[in-house]
Amino acid sequence: MSRMVDIANHVAAHAVKLARVGVVSAYPITPQTQVIEEISALIDAGEMDCEYIPVESEHSAMAALIGAAAVGVRSFSATSAHGLAYMHELLHWAAGIRLPMVMVNVNRAMGPGWNIWCDHQDSISQRDTGWIQLYCHSHQEVADTVIQAFRISEDPRVILPVMVNYDAFVLSHSYMQAELPEQEQVDRFLPPFRSAWRLDLDNPLTHGSVIYPNDYEEVRLSMHQAHDNARRVIAEAADEYREITGRYHGALVDLYRMEDAEYALVAMGSLASEARVAVDALREDGLAAGLLRVRSYRPFPREELAEGLGGLRAALIIDRDISFGMEGALFSDCKAALYGRSEALLYNAVTGLGGRDVPYTVMVDELKEIAAGKRREPVSWPTVRLNRHHQDSREGMQRCG
Amino acid sequence: MRLKDFPAEELFLKGSAACAGCPGSMALRVAFKALGRNTLLVVIASCTSVLQSPFPYSALGLPVLNMAFATGGAVGAGVSAAVNYLVKKGELRERPTVLVWAGDGGTYDIGIQALSGAAERGDDFIYVCYNNEAYSNTGTQRSGATPYAAWTSNTISGKKEWRKDVAQIMVAHDLPYVATASLAYPTDFFSKMQKAASIRGTKYIEMLAPCPPGWKFPSDSTVRVSRLAVQTGVWLLYEHENGRTTYTAGTKRIIDGQSEQVPVAEYLKLQGRFRHLFQGEEADGRVAEYQQRIDEVLENLRFASKLRERLMDLEIRR
Amino acid sequence: MVKRARKDEDKGRPEDIGIITTLSVPTVGSVGKTGSWRVFVPVKDEARCNKCLLCWIYCPEACISKDIEIDLDYCKGCGICAVECPRKAIVMLKEDKSGGGAP
Repeated sequence: MSRMVDIANHVAAHAVKLARVGVVSAYPITPQTQVIEEISALIDAGEMDCEYIPVESEHSAMAALIGAAAVGVRSFSATSAHGLAYMHELLHWAAGIRLPMVMVNVNRAMGPGWNIWCDHQDSISQRDTGWIQLYCHSHQEVADTVIQAFRISEDPRVILPVMVNYDAFVLSHSYMQAELPEQEQVDRFLPPFRSAWRLDLDNPLTHGSVIYPNDYEEVRLSMHQAHDNARRVIAEAADEYREITGRYHGALVDLYRMEDAEYALVAMGSLASEARVAVDALREDGLAAGLLRVRSYRPFPREELAEGLGGLRAALIIDRDISFGMEGALFSDCKAALYGRSEALLYNAVTGLGGRDVPYTVMVDELKEIAAGKRREPVSWPTVRLNRHHQDSREGMQRCG
Repeated sequence: MRLKDFPAEELFLKGSAACAGCPGSMALRVAFKALGRNTLLVVIASCTSVLQSPFPYSALGLPVLNMAFATGGAVGAGVSAAVNYLVKKGELRERPTVLVWAGDGGTYDIGIQALSGAAERGDDFIYVCYNNEAYSNTGTQRSGATPYAAWTSNTISGKKEWRKDVAQIMVAHDLPYVATASLAYPTDFFSKMQKAASIRGTKYIEMLAPCPPGWKFPSDSTVRVSRLAVQTGVWLLYEHENGRTTYTAGTKRIIDGQSEQVPVAEYLKLQGRFRHLFQGEEADGRVAEYQQRIDEVLENLRFASKLRERLMDLEIRR
Repeated sequence: MVKRARKDEDKGRPEDIGIITTLSVPTVGSVGKTGSWRVFVPVKDEARCNKCLLCWIYCPEACISKDIEIDLDYCKGCGICAVECPRKAIVMLKEDKSGGGAP
C-alpha cells in the first residue's frame, strides 16, 4: 500500500494505472486536466502501459472510447461539465452498446457564464443515458471507486458504463491523503477484461444496425435490468474490495449515525462530508440527526432510501443541482423511493450551485427549522442572496432599451 | 491487377436492403475483396447503416461496429488504438486492417472534425468516403459535397455553391496516402485499397458513388455515370503519396491526351438532378460555366504534366 | 409517532431477460429473397459470353458468381450487368411473374 498526498485528479490517474487500462481517450477541460496530464506523465515515464489518444473533442473522446471497448480492451476517459454535455449523444450509445467503460466526471457547473466550480448539474443532466453513476466524497473514495468501477462495469450481470463523479476543486484540486492499493491487490480484485461481445475476426457480428419497433423495447429493458443487477454488484464489489484492502465507503449508500436517527440529511459528493459535521453539531444540540450519503445515484438506492428515511420524522435532501421547472433531482428521486411506503416529511435545499460555499451551519439551521415545524416551503434555496454585482449587471441590461 | 485475380469470396452477402443499382454496396463488395477477412469495419450513419439490413441479420460478413454520424475518424482512432494495444500484448497475431466507411455527410460536414483530428494524429486506419454528393439516406438533402447546380430536396432550384474538396483537405493534412476512386475502374480501386492497407497511418480514399434515386437516373446506369464522371474530368482519379500526386486510370489518359475529354454535358444530361441546367434561357450559359471550370483544372494538370516531362527530359540530357 | 417503512413487493416485474443488444448475424438474404423486388430479369446468352468478369464485379448485390451464374433468388433486376456487358450477352426482359421466370 502506498500513501500519496495529492489532488484527487492525480489520485484518479493512479487508480487508472493500477486498473491496467489499455486505452485512454480524453480531451482536456478544467477541472479535469490533471487527470490526463498525470496519465500522460505516467506513460511517458514508462510506468503506465497504455495507448493514449489525445482526441480533438469530447464527442470524439467518447467515440474513441466506444471503439476501443468494442475491440475488447479496458478503456477510460475523463471529462467535466460542457465536455460531458458535448458527448451526450454518445453517452446514450455507450450504455446501449453493452460494453464496459469507465469515465471520471469532475462535477462542474454549466454555463453560461463560465463557472468552473462545482455543482452536480452536469452529471444529473445525463441521468437517463443508462450510465451507472457513483459519487465520491473524498480523495480516498476516488482512488477506491475508480478501481471498483471497472469491476462493476465488466461484471457479466451488468456490462454498462460507469461514471465516477467527484467535485470540482473541492476534491479535484485540493491536496489530501489517499492510500493506493498494491498492484497485486488490484490484480486479485480485478479479473482480466471481459465483455459480453466484441469485434471478433473469428466470429464476425454486426453491432448497431437498424432495429424496428418490434425488437427495440427488449434491448432497453435489458439495460434497465442490468441496473437492477448492478445494485447487487456494486455492493459485492465494495465488500470484496474491503476484504482485500480494508477500505469501505458504503455500497449504494453510506450511513452516518443513522441507527437511532429521527432526522436525516441526504446529500451526494463533498457536501456530504460537510453534512457529517452538521450531523455532529446537531447531535450536540440534542437533535437525533444522521446522514444518508447517496453513493450510487443510478441505479438509485430505492430500498436503502426507503429503509433509511422511512421511519424518520423528517429529512432534508440537499441538491447541488436544479431540475428547472420542478425541484432538485435528488429530492424527486428520494420522494419517489418513499412513495406509498412512509410518512416521513421530506424537504429540499437547492444550494452550492456553481461552487457556492455551503457551510455546515446552513444545514444545521435548515434541519432545526424543519424539526421545529417552522419550515413552510418544501423547496428552499438557502444560500441565494442578490448582491451589488447582480444589481450593476441588471442596470447595464436595462439600458438595452 | 486483373479482374480474374480478384478473390471470389463474397464478404458482402447478397439479399441486402440496398437499392437496386446501389453504388454503396458495389463499393463495399470490391473493398472487401481487396482487404479480405482480416478487417474490422466501422460504419458511420449513412446509407450503409441501412443497406446492411435490420437487426438481427446482416449483409456484411466482417466484424462491424455501427456508430453515430459525426464519429468516423474518432472511432477509427479508438479501434486502432485498441488493436495496437492487443498486438503489443501479443493477443493478436496478425494486425487486422481497420476500415472506416462513411458517406459524404459523415465526412464533409458533421464528421469533418473527427476525420481531421484523426488525420492530424495519424491514427492507423483506412477511411473510405463513398460520396453520393448528398444525404441520400435521409432523402437526398444537400451536403458540402453536393455539386454546383444539383437539385436536392433542400436545394430545389439547384445548389448555389460549388462543392468543397475533402480529398484535397486530406492532402493538406500531409497524410501518407490519399486517393480517389470510381466504380467504373474497379482494378484501380482495388489496388488503391490494397496499397492503403500496406501503409501505416491515416489513409483516405474517396469514391464517387452515383446514386440512382438521388441523382435521378435509372438503376442500370450507376457504372455508366461513374465512368462519365471520370471521362469528362468532373471526377479526377489520383493518388497522393509521399507528397506527390499521380493521376491514374481514366484521368491519366485524359491528361496524357490518350483519351478524349468528353464534354461535361454528356455527364450532366444523364442525371435528373441537373435537368434544369438544360432548360430555360440560361441553359447554355450554365453548362458552359461548368465546362469552363473543368477545362481550367484539366489544362493546369496537362500543363503540369508536360512541364514535368520536359524538365525530366532536360535532366536526362544534362 | 414514528412509523416503520412498509415493505415493497415485487409487483409484476418482467422476467430477467439477460443481455439483449443490437447484434446482427451475417446472413445471405438478410432482408429476404430480394429477387421479388425486380421488374426486369437478366437473361444470359451463353454463346456471347466470354467470361470477361465485368458483370461479376459490377453486380451491386453480389448475385453473379465468378462463373457467371446469376442468382435469381436475390437479383434485384437493376440492369447494370446488361448495360456494362461489352458483348451484349445479357439482356433485361420484363419478367413474367405469374408463371415465374422470363417469357
